[in-house]
Amino acid sequence: MNIDLTLVKYALMVMGGVGLALGILLGIASRVFHVEVDPRVEKITGLLPGANCGACGFPGCEGAAEAIVSGEAPATVCVAGGHEIAGHIAEVLGVEITEKAVPLKAWVCCGGGKGEVALRYIYDGEKDCQMAMQIGGGCLLCVYGCLGHETCVKSCPFGAIEMGEDKLPKIDWEQCRGCGVCVGACPRKIISLVPETSQVHVACSSLDKGKAIKEICEVGCIACKACEKVCEFEAIKVKNNIAVIDYAKCTNCGKCAEKCPSKCIVQRLITCVTT
Amino acid sequence: MNEPQRYFLLFIGALLVYNILLVRFIALCSFFGVSNKVETSIGMSLAVIFVMAMASAVSWVVWNYLLLPLGVGEFLYIPAFILVIASLVQFEEMVIRKVSPTLFKAMGIYLPLITTNCAVLAAATEGAKKGFLKLNIPYHFSFPETIVYSLGVSMGYAVAIIMFAAIRERTDIAPVPGWLKGYPLSFITAALMSLAFMGFSGLFGL
Repeated sequence: MNIDLTLVKYALMVMGGVGLALGILLGIASRVFHVEVDPRVEKITGLLPGANCGACGFPGCEGAAEAIVSGEAPATVCVAGGHEIAGHIAEVLGVEITEKAVPLKAWVCCGGGKGEVALRYIYDGEKDCQMAMQIGGGCLLCVYGCLGHETCVKSCPFGAIEMGEDKLPKIDWEQCRGCGVCVGACPRKIISLVPETSQVHVACSSLDKGKAIKEICEVGCIACKACEKVCEFEAIKVKNNIAVIDYAKCTNCGKCAEKCPSKCIVQRLITCVTT
Repeated sequence: MNEPQRYFLLFIGALLVYNILLVRFIALCSFFGVSNKVETSIGMSLAVIFVMAMASAVSWVVWNYLLLPLGVGEFLYIPAFILVIASLVQFEEMVIRKVSPTLFKAMGIYLPLITTNCAVLAAATEGAKKGFLKLNIPYHFSFPETIVYSLGVSMGYAVAIIMFAAIRERTDIAPVPGWLKGYPLSFITAALMSLAFMGFSGLFGL
């Protein structure tokens, strides 16, 4: 078999030449188009949780790191990271954190849900609250209650939410970073962020009148105002047929929880373990 | 056939009649890979349009002034074009990063993906090398024709993938049977879209 050596030579020359030329071009380009990246951005990106939850308002953790370095955002901007990470970031930046905010945790304002409230119809569709909501506002008799299709469970970037046996989501406060992704994900808007130190919460979101609620849910807020009367600090008020706690005034005494006839005000005894 | 008409036919032919994704089934990997959201598919299309035009132009020069005169083109064109495309993508990444950080953010992560995208290689090869494309027009591309052709191909890619992403966004939340959910339904959708695009054949006699 004859091998045309000139062809082999040309082939080697072409590939070698093109490769060399492109290599030199790339080498020069990497010098000319070199972009200075602040080494602090990389460091801070490494410190942040990396869940890209978006609670800080920046596109992902890297975006937040850039904003922190450029001074657009304070070192405490990462809601999910909390004090510890804010401290590390401040160390990198060489600044001190002055304000100390109480970390927030998510709380499900519903104590009834599917376990308690009767159904209007059998929903046999996609396991997604958003979808379930579209069919006549959900299959529950209560138009405020938890639909229990785990949309919040799926949304949590930190895996802090689980579905409990009573068909209500359980939020693990050890895992919860207070980023608020679930608050936005819930079509019923029944998840809210509460201070970590608070121990008394309202587990109902219904704006229905007392009588209407009583017919469909045993643990709904009937707006009887018993809590308002018993509270010594004016921390709990009934507005729009629902009790609302002002966490700035609440002292966690738990009297309202004792007095509540439908037991929709819940006092957690130990911090970090919740419904 | 006069000049403007030829350019127009080349463009329309590449864009619709011989749509690279839906009629010729090239680059299906990225078609299914990055079509989850309209946003990502737009970023990918931008990157493809950019890289494809550049790659075809450079490949045309390499073919016509290097490979063809030396007579090594027939067996060397694939490695040579891949070499060109790969370095070009690297180069473009650096330039975009320096010149426009916003644009880099929009398509930065998709650029490396395109290095080995078969659509780019296909367009580059067809632009330079004779005898691949069965377009119904006289075939031997001049340099501007190559650019027009590759722009047509890449915009055809963009049209197809953005439409597909829009449909997928809708079907993702549609109540479909469990065994159809996800990729099975995507494949059926792609097949139906492909059928629709077949309807363009014969347009302007192409």
